[in-house]
Amino acid sequence: MWIDDTMSFHPLMDYGRAHHQSSRSMADEGPAFEYTAEALATLEDICSRYPAEQRKSAILAAIYLAQRQQGYISRNAMKAVAAAIRCTTADVEDVVSFYTMFYQRPVGRHVLQVCRTLSCALNGAERVTAELQAVLGIAPGQTTADGEFSLFEVECLGACDRAPVVGVNDHWHECQKPEDARALVDGLKAHGAAGLTGCHLHVEKA
Amino acid sequence: MDLVLTPHVKTPNGFTLDFYTKQGGYEALRKALAMTPDAVVDIVKASGLRGRGGAGFPTGVKWQFVDKKSPKPKYICCNADESEPGTFKDHVLMERNPHLLFEGCLIACHAIGAKVAYIYIRGEFYHVQEVLEAELAKARAAGFIGKNIFGTGFDCEIYVHRGAGAYEAGEETALIESLEGKRAQPRLKPPFPAIAGLYGCPTAVNNVETLCNVPPIITNGPEWFAALGPEKNGGPKLYCLSGHVKKPGTYEAPMHVTMRELIYDPKYGGGIRGDRKLKAVIPGGSSVPILLPHQLDIPASFDGVASAGSMLGSAGIIVMDETTCMVWAAENLLYFYKHESCGKCTPCREGGAWLHNLLGRIERGEGHMKDIDLLLSVANNIMGKTLCAFGDAAATPVLTTVQLFREEYEAHVREGRCTLPADWRAASRTLAAH
Ligand SMILES: Cc1cc2nc3c(=O)[nH]c(=O)nc-3n(C[C@H](O)[C@H](O)[C@H](O)COP(=O)(O)O)c2cc1C
Ligand code: SF4
Repeated sequence: MWIDDTMSFHPLMDYGRAHHQSSRSMADEGPAFEYTAEALATLEDICSRYPAEQRKSAILAAIYLAQRQQGYISRNAMKAVAAAIRCTTADVEDVVSFYTMFYQRPVGRHVLQVCRTLSCALNGAERVTAELQAVLGIAPGQTTADGEFSLFEVECLGACDRAPVVGVNDHWHECQKPEDARALVDGLKAHGAAGLTGCHLHVEKA
Repeated sequence: MDLVLTPHVKTPNGFTLDFYTKQGGYEALRKALAMTPDAVVDIVKASGLRGRGGAGFPTGVKWQFVDKKSPKPKYICCNADESEPGTFKDHVLMERNPHLLFEGCLIACHAIGAKVAYIYIRGEFYHVQEVLEAELAKARAAGFIGKNIFGTGFDCEIYVHRGAGAYEAGEETALIESLEGKRAQPRLKPPFPAIAGLYGCPTAVNNVETLCNVPPIITNGPEWFAALGPEKNGGPKLYCLSGHVKKPGTYEAPMHVTMRELIYDPKYGGGIRGDRKLKAVIPGGSSVPILLPHQLDIPASFDGVASAGSMLGSAGIIVMDETTCMVWAAENLLYFYKHESCGKCTPCREGGAWLHNLLGRIERGEGHMKDIDLLLSVANNIMGKTLCAFGDAAATPVLTTVQLFREEYEAHVREGRCTLPADWRAASRTLAAH
């Protein structure tokens, strides 16, 4: 339940919410992190979409911005998020550890996310994962030594009519045949996202 | 029936503001703003529009419950989380007809007295979000969104809010928590969002497809809408066909259409791939009971599917042919539920993992006969005993497959192996923890 800003432990004490915040500290981890000026400006713009006292609503956006800048969310990045959102580092850690799209370790340049849920599995997704494992020489959850590829299995991406679907960073690659796993990897190496089939990338050419 | 929601999804540039206004776009908003909010609510109530997010609750009634006398701001939250396995209709609407959704949001805001609508979109739909943001900017520049819309004094903003990967964020109170910057874990109800929702303010949470139905209702009237489908199941409906059909895809049809037509008619699914035999159909996203091939001559409506003992849910129709092992299918889905449980209540958090472990053991051929009844016992101890409907959703794939395909479970135990290892599956699987 949402708590009023004026709430306090005792009705005669009129201190605000900030007094209740944990002062627990978080150890440094990862490279030094500071938002770029551009990221901070974007964040302020996003914060303006919510009531002024609800800055915390922008926490996911703030984490995304940090992840875009550094590739993953280190503890130092969490501290920067906490400072920008004006919440505790524990609040940030709580959120980062809940949502699957935040990485707490560095990931590859191309993050392959094979959908493993039923509709994709009925169309060969298990074999897609197996072939990608063989081509890349890594298991799901791992990153290649050259830092080019990470492989994950993810839950339903919401494109089951074009199964099996492989998310590649912010795009979708659709109707991936197991036997074409090498072609997907080679295409990404050679052309980046331009090698993908996501229909959102092509529909206006129809 | 002429298509109502998706006539131009395949038209190049059919998603743009220019195209939309040439088709008479935003005229429904103009018409609605000339009415009182209560009149708009009454029209939506009279249309019988039922929520397309899963529960089929009447939208007009939901809006009526919003506490209008409260001095606090009101909010519309559009549920664009679309994470139910087998469901992929909302992203089509957002990507190819975004202004219809904006217009629906604006009319909904007028109806409940809100000045802001948040579209909560799942993080994986980034490319869809880019379309929404670009088109929002155009609609804002054209004066359809912002201050003093159409000179009526109505101010309204629409913002897109990006989630970050959590099925549970689709549950309406978990969505609100997530919008407030917290973990997507549901709240105890009551109070319902209509009384205390986003930031403790009166809020209506509506699905994307639900809101997209509002402008055509205002334009054509509630009688027109109701007459499109069977009684109490009016309007156009989007169906998502996936799995072993020849032509998977999103199809719009009135709810007179039968399940069999959706799967076999060349206009829709076109039959089973490879002309194999149909084995089982999950009609409403992965969370609902299975229909067998002889149960398909029912209208694919909320009430039609309910009369067959299942639910229309999100209208994600997952088709499985005779090569599909039902123990494997249940294990696949329980991995999903185990992975996505928000962890707030014990039966779901612990029970889902137990179910998945048991299913894995049976599927690998290491199960015992008593495991089958143990599955039922664990599932029945989740069903109806959790904080949100996720628990029932997780128990259902187990209950329905054991009830309908018990002999397949027994064969796995007896023979000590999967008795139906399809060639489209991997020989062995490595699921790393991540
Ligand atoms: C576990 C769970 C997941 C849900 N996911 C979604 C979803 O992804 N999209 C959606 O619109 N509704 C989802 N719902 C239903 C919502 O809670 C809510 O009923 C719906 O958004 C209301 O909108 P409607 O009345 O327009 O259908 C989910 C419910 C549960 C219990
Ligand atoms: S039923 Fe599951 S998803 Fe719902 S509150 Fe309980 S643990 Fe969370």
